[in-house]
Amino acid sequence: MSVSQIISWCVAAITFGTVIMYGCIGETINQKAGDLNLGVPGVMQIGGIAALASAFLYERAVTALNPYLSMLISLLACLIASALAGLLFAFLTVTLKVNQNVTGLTLTIFGTGIANFFGGSMMKLSGGVGTISVARTANIFRMKLPFLFGKFGAFGSIFFSHGWMVYLALVLAFAIQYFLDKTRVGLNLRSVGENPATADAAGINVTRYKYLASIIGSAICGLGGLFYVMDYIQGSWANDSTIEALGWLAVALVIFTSWKPKNATWGAYLFGLCYWAYIYIPGSVSKFLAEKLNLSKATYMQNLYKMLPYLVTIVVLCVVSRKKKRENQAPASLGLSYFREER
Amino acid sequence: MSEIAVSMRGITKRFGRKVLANNHVDLDVYKGEILSLLGENGSGKTTLMNMLAGIYSPDEGEILINDQKVEITSPKDAYDLGIGMVHQHFKLIDVFTALENILIGLPAKEAEKKCRTEVEQICQKYGFDLDLDKKIYEMSVSEKETLEIVKTLYRGASILILDEPTAVLTPQEITKLFTILRNMKDDGKSIVIITHKLNEVMEISDRISVLRKGENVGTVLKTETNEQQLTELMVGEKITLDIARDFVEEKHKRLEVKNLTVKNIDGKNVVDDISFDLYSGEILGIAGISGSGQKELLEAIMGLQKCEDGSSVIYNSTAHGVHELVGLSTKEIISYGLHLAFVPEDRLGMGLVGNMGMTDNVMLKRYRKGSGPFLHRKKPHDTAVKIKDELEVVTPDLEYPVRRLSGGNVQKILVGREINNKPTVLMTAYAVRGLDINTSYAIYNLLNEQKKKGVAVIYVGEDLDVLLALSDRIMVLCAGKMNGMLDGRTASKEEVGYLMTHLKEEA
Repeated sequence: MSVSQIISWCVAAITFGTVIMYGCIGETINQKAGDLNLGVPGVMQIGGIAALASAFLYERAVTALNPYLSMLISLLACLIASALAGLLFAFLTVTLKVNQNVTGLTLTIFGTGIANFFGGSMMKLSGGVGTISVARTANIFRMKLPFLFGKFGAFGSIFFSHGWMVYLALVLAFAIQYFLDKTRVGLNLRSVGENPATADAAGINVTRYKYLASIIGSAICGLGGLFYVMDYIQGSWANDSTIEALGWLAVALVIFTSWKPKNATWGAYLFGLCYWAYIYIPGSVSKFLAEKLNLSKATYMQNLYKMLPYLVTIVVLCVVSRKKKRENQAPASLGLSYFREER
Repeated sequence: MSEIAVSMRGITKRFGRKVLANNHVDLDVYKGEILSLLGENGSGKTTLMNMLAGIYSPDEGEILINDQKVEITSPKDAYDLGIGMVHQHFKLIDVFTALENILIGLPAKEAEKKCRTEVEQICQKYGFDLDLDKKIYEMSVSEKETLEIVKTLYRGASILILDEPTAVLTPQEITKLFTILRNMKDDGKSIVIITHKLNEVMEISDRISVLRKGENVGTVLKTETNEQQLTELMVGEKITLDIARDFVEEKHKRLEVKNLTVKNIDGKNVVDDISFDLYSGEILGIAGISGSGQKELLEAIMGLQKCEDGSSVIYNSTAHGVHELVGLSTKEIISYGLHLAFVPEDRLGMGLVGNMGMTDNVMLKRYRKGSGPFLHRKKPHDTAVKIKDELEVVTPDLEYPVRRLSGGNVQKILVGREINNKPTVLMTAYAVRGLDINTSYAIYNLLNEQKKKGVAVIYVGEDLDVLLALSDRIMVLCAGKMNGMLDGRTASKEEVGYLMTHLKEEA
């Protein structure tokens, strides 16, 4: 395994990790407010398709394209669309008090449907499967860092060869961590997720906190979808619901990080390394392991490698639950609707 | 009396169509007084106060604070009006520190440092003892109670409502709390205490308002009343305060507990080398400060706790033969005729399923007795009817979710079900916790009846007077150890109290 292979593995892991990092940060905000939003995969698809569709329509509509404007339009469209998805979730679970699990799963199905519907429509417009491309907008998202790109050897190649959204995710992760730990609003938000009755009795508007957490959290999740469309698959689209698979990993990552966004900054990349292991682990290793495991073909190992992120999550869950540290557990009221007059 | 701080006029509150919790209640609270709100379970005390605290809104009636008509639609409104309530189930967040719990919900501009200083000042002024950086899950009940009071005071409460503040405190902690309450009263604050403990009412309050079935049946001055009159007001009829204690001649050894030891998660002995015998036809009372190992001891006998090596529980019954219980499954132990009715602090946590009705809850313990794969509801239904009639359970119908019933009714169902299983050994813990006098007596009578039938009864209780009146023998636990076995007929309250708090030196 050469150095260049390791570098490209790491680069791929970071790109992958960034998608789920957004999802993880957004979902952490949701969950800290006590809302188990299993609609993350759907919200990410809604965000992704909104970003793509807006850039696609803009690119088709104008002759002299301003790529920066296109970037802003798609960013805005993504945020609005995914925030609306969050609003829908909040309306259903907070106001109508529908079961959160059901609502979340439905939202995922809904989001997948929307994304594939508009994806299909755009394919019609652009002339067939695999022809959608917003490369000009995507290139702005993928623009390398000035000054730093191409320097610092292997380190630079791994960490300074990405578009700006990779770094935004990192900043966001630490910012949200700071917000949760050190600000009063963050403290209030956590109290809503831990015990809404207590928060209510302390004069916190539980409904407002839950709505805002759902809307803002979903908007951040949506950025994961945008990053997937614009960077990960470079401004194209396929109706294959890959985002959905990544969305579930984002939910797993929330547990993996024990509800601390700062841990997502390395956890997400670790998931990325695991996820791409099946491509980058050298054939000789696979062959060796396949023989040990009595597999008839070395390529069978790939399917085992693909389990790695999930396996890591299970291991971490075991370790965390063994430690029994209360602060590392899920918010106490996660998944429960709050009725003030419940007896 | 000085000015009126709170005036509630014609307050009515319904839950659904079936439950009338408060019916045109009038209530006044003066400045600088301690008012006791006395009443049986389900008499609407907590509901009434929750409307002052903004948790519920009244369906009818009006509330005046300092002669101003107000609408209290949220706890925040209540705080703004200077009303603070310490709920029976503390509203604290386990993973936060004391200070963080005080800070939540406050405007962000109030600096943490300033808050800390002010809280420390409050503690000093009234004599609270509080570590602001301690996490809630590391705190004792009394510390949590203290924190709740400090929290409301910090928020500027001049009207303080305490819901059953002494329910889980030790006698020493109660004395301390009362001293603090008197300090606050002298400071001009109005204090409302929700309770059904008469001796405390007589000790602390200036005036007493009695609620019965959601109505205010009378307000009296402490100096002009006595416990007998209050009891009559509360229950509406004269009741005798004596608990019957019969002597059963014929006794058989049912349980022989030897060197029973149980460790908790941290490896600490929560039940420490306890040995005792239990006989048929007796009530063995277990006294101790809450958390001294009562729960774990009973659970260990029932096979719900892992016992350490060397522990032994020999069970000897006429019908089922002799068995070593340690190592058997709970299912087997139940089938040998041992029954545990444990009332946890949250009542529903262990024993009953909140969303099920009475019939289904009765069935939980006997579904295995049916034949074939289908449920037979007839017998459980009959049993539920019997429990409902005999214990006077108030429920709209047998399928009404027990979660929605008042705590007393829930407890009646739980205890009634265990007794109905015709146990050889019946263990109850906190069977009358939070119950009103009438219901408590109904339960004491039930236990006595069981005893007369030759059942060996263990009664873990909190009220020493009751323990002394009811038990044939009293075992006192202290810090997981057996700290004495007394004769219930001769033991004195002081003796038991002393053993509860003073561990004997190891010989």
